[in-house]
Amino acid sequence: MSFDASSARGDLILTRITKEYGDFKAVDDLSLTIPKGSFFALLGPSGCGKTTTLRMIAGLEEPTVGSIHLGETDITTTKPYQRPINTVFQNYALFPHLTIFENIAFGLRRRGIKDVDAEVNKVLNLVELPHLAGRKPTQLSGGQQQRIALARAIVNRPALLLLDEPLGALDLKLRRQMQIELKWIQKEVGLTFVHVTHDQEEAMTMADTIAVMNEGQIEQMGSPADLYDNPETAFVANFLGQSNLIKGTISGNDGDSLVADLYGQKISLPKSRSHATDNSIYAGIRPEKFRISLLNTPVSGNVLSGGRIEDVSYIGVSTQYQVAMPWGQELIVFEQNDDGVAPFNKGDAVNISWAPIFTFALRGDEDITAGSEVNPEVLDEE
Amino acid sequence: MGKIRTPYLLLLPGFGFLFTFFILPIVNLAQTSTQTPVGGGDTGQYEQTFRFQNYIDAFVENKEQFGRSFIYAIIATVLALMISYPLAYAIAFKSGKYKNFLLVLVVAPFFTSFLLRTVAWKQILGEEGFVVPTLRNLGIISQSTTLTSTSFAVVMGMTYNFLPFMTLPLYASIDRIDPRTLEASGDLYANAFTTFRKVTLPLSMPGVVAGTLLTFIPAAGDYVNAAILGSPNTKMIGNVIESRYFKIVDYPTAAALSFTLMAAILILVTIYIRKAGTEELV
Amino acid sequence: MSKKLADPSIPKIPAGAKFQRWFGRNLIRVYMVVAFTYLFIPVAYTFAFSFNDSGKSNLIWKGFTFRNWQNPCGAPEVCSALGNSIKIGFLATIFSTILGTMIAFAIGRHKFKGRSTSNLLIFLPMATPEIVLGASLLSLFLVFKINPGFWPTVIAHVMFCISFVVVTVKARIASLDPRLEQAAMDLYANEFETFRRVTLPLVAPGIAGAALLAFSLSFDDFIITNFNSGTVITFPKFVYTAAARGIPAQANVIGSGMFFLALAIVIAGQFVNRRKAR
Repeated sequence: MSFDASSARGDLILTRITKEYGDFKAVDDLSLTIPKGSFFALLGPSGCGKTTTLRMIAGLEEPTVGSIHLGETDITTTKPYQRPINTVFQNYALFPHLTIFENIAFGLRRRGIKDVDAEVNKVLNLVELPHLAGRKPTQLSGGQQQRIALARAIVNRPALLLLDEPLGALDLKLRRQMQIELKWIQKEVGLTFVHVTHDQEEAMTMADTIAVMNEGQIEQMGSPADLYDNPETAFVANFLGQSNLIKGTISGNDGDSLVADLYGQKISLPKSRSHATDNSIYAGIRPEKFRISLLNTPVSGNVLSGGRIEDVSYIGVSTQYQVAMPWGQELIVFEQNDDGVAPFNKGDAVNISWAPIFTFALRGDEDITAGSEVNPEVLDEE
Repeated sequence: MGKIRTPYLLLLPGFGFLFTFFILPIVNLAQTSTQTPVGGGDTGQYEQTFRFQNYIDAFVENKEQFGRSFIYAIIATVLALMISYPLAYAIAFKSGKYKNFLLVLVVAPFFTSFLLRTVAWKQILGEEGFVVPTLRNLGIISQSTTLTSTSFAVVMGMTYNFLPFMTLPLYASIDRIDPRTLEASGDLYANAFTTFRKVTLPLSMPGVVAGTLLTFIPAAGDYVNAAILGSPNTKMIGNVIESRYFKIVDYPTAAALSFTLMAAILILVTIYIRKAGTEELV
Repeated sequence: MSKKLADPSIPKIPAGAKFQRWFGRNLIRVYMVVAFTYLFIPVAYTFAFSFNDSGKSNLIWKGFTFRNWQNPCGAPEVCSALGNSIKIGFLATIFSTILGTMIAFAIGRHKFKGRSTSNLLIFLPMATPEIVLGASLLSLFLVFKINPGFWPTVIAHVMFCISFVVVTVKARIASLDPRLEQAAMDLYANEFETFRRVTLPLVAPGIAGAALLAFSLSFDDFIITNFNSGTVITFPKFVYTAAARGIPAQANVIGSGMFFLALAIVIAGQFVNRRKAR
């Protein structure tokens, strides 16, 4: 085999990668470092370039310009079979003419590994399906095929394991279970996992680090909590969970905080969470951070007054309110149902309050609908 | 009760027809094959004497043509496979939005009468065509070498004429391969050649088997290519059967030859299917 | 965008790798061009020589003329041979399509005893060399003192076309979603209405394809025809007999005409399919 597995291990470094198909730039000047041993997720809507990025790492596509390094080794133009990188394909791509055992043994045999039986059995035990070794892929359920595809890849102990929407074809319950299992297996084998998905919840459940991609570029990268609490762009704020974005201007400066004017009402927010470049901003607050109170109840922190409850939806763990504000915007509020029945009714006049620390600020010239449209890919993929 | 009868009612006319005009003739052919001429009768008058020696006589007398039929057919089949496989592969995987268009192109030449095309080859490869003088001038063939009336021309004509029977089933089975399994193979350390040997070829085996059978069977029984492109030295068993029927009016020998041909093909095909190991063919 | 790392210069792809990419892509294109050239050479030749100002023997290029196209029946027997081929092809297509479609529905839509035997009976004629089919049928006709001719040829063609019709229509039936028929029944259509309103329209393209296949098989058949047609001359038979002394250019006109006609039908068919798919 033409790669030296020991030297080609380490961080994966993408340097200024661009991939063009004719006039279309699928990936646009992307640079990225994926640390060894991490569980890394590339998250984004369909057509954002995440799958193209994954395929370039796997060697199934070559970048138009840019380089890919694994540790010290340049792997930009090496063939897929020369890279210590394995992929769990979307829809698994198990070889239909081979048994489960031979599917898993495929990579080992190509590399001339001696003790194929022991290795295959070990990994079959890891995914808890040793009794299926003699079956053909078509005789397996979706969840079983998924695990075999994973086993077929990790049996090679690659420096990097790529997962291309690996859970997309599974139903919701099985998907949750596999998310936990995948994370456990990653810890168990200690490999670097790079996971491509359009499902933000899946990315947040599993990954240590998430890179949110949009239009061929990385919008923001960080831990799930970072991205959720401190989004830098409207796209991230809307794509990961929901956000209330309210137009305003910065009107003052108070130590570590900024004072903002939202339709005549003053609020404060931490400087560290402002990503605005001038005085024009969108103030962002996650729906579950809001508290609703009737007009005569005393409240602390930031307050927006003059609201009226427009709609109440009871969803078990919480109740979702839509609150119409005087300037015509409807804000979304999630209230935990930890004190019995929903206390507010449609038509109630209310104030909305929250702790200033939970406020973030985006540039005032952003498109606040970015990343919030219903994603057609999610509907397609059944 | 009607529901149980329905399939049989649907089958009845078609199978009745096939029974009368396919099964019955074959049975009749078997009878004819052991007949002998009526003593003192006219040409073409035969009576049943169960003379199985007919088979041995027919085979011994024509073993050369038998051998030629099978060798030509095998070579033509292998050539057709070698030409068609890359073509079918390219159409299935590399043609993008032109797939349907290219498939039409594969079939289109066969909209011209097969005899016209064979005659065209005869003239292209003949003394008046452009190929022979060009090759002679380039010194690739000697001044006295001809291309028509040779076994080369016959095999080439057969390869050409049966090509779509090879390409279409190959295409159908290659097209069904999930290209991601080929990517997975590369991802699992197989180079292009190993991927072909371990994944592409095994997965396209049903197409290879169907294509070779659909090419080999008509090729082995063909006599048109040999008649138009060949010479007396390239006669195949089909030519013999034809002339026994029409020129010599020796029905028993023709029938015995037909039966031997059918049996030989059947045996070869059975061995081949066993060897190719595609028990899941149908 | 916020995250542009300290910009290093953009790494270029090495020229060697670029060449390999280009070569891999173009090798297959070159192969396709060569393969299609090979496939089309005799067609192009036939077409070109349909314009040959050849007189009787169309062997050597003697000059360009439209005369052959203006008068395709100019050579003796060409058009009567063509007429026979069309008549035989038409009749063979009708009978084999009807019989074959019925068999295809029986095998494709019903479970019954003897189904695998039925499949075998369909497969056998396709696995039998034409010469055996032709010769055996002729022997039968001779036994019953039936002279070879027009109708024996039609019968022979129906016989070998049936299997191809069955296979084509069966494939179409197999690709149908059985839930469509269940949905029709659910929406108050009885068996006959379901067949007429749902099954038949969906299978129709398969039947049309089978009919076209049957016609072209019949039209182009030589070996079986040669055994059973007696003195009736079909177009392939005409070409075969004429081949010895050089076929007239009018035969090239008819061959080229058939080529363009068939091509037009197939392209129109694809066009209609695409329209419907929208």
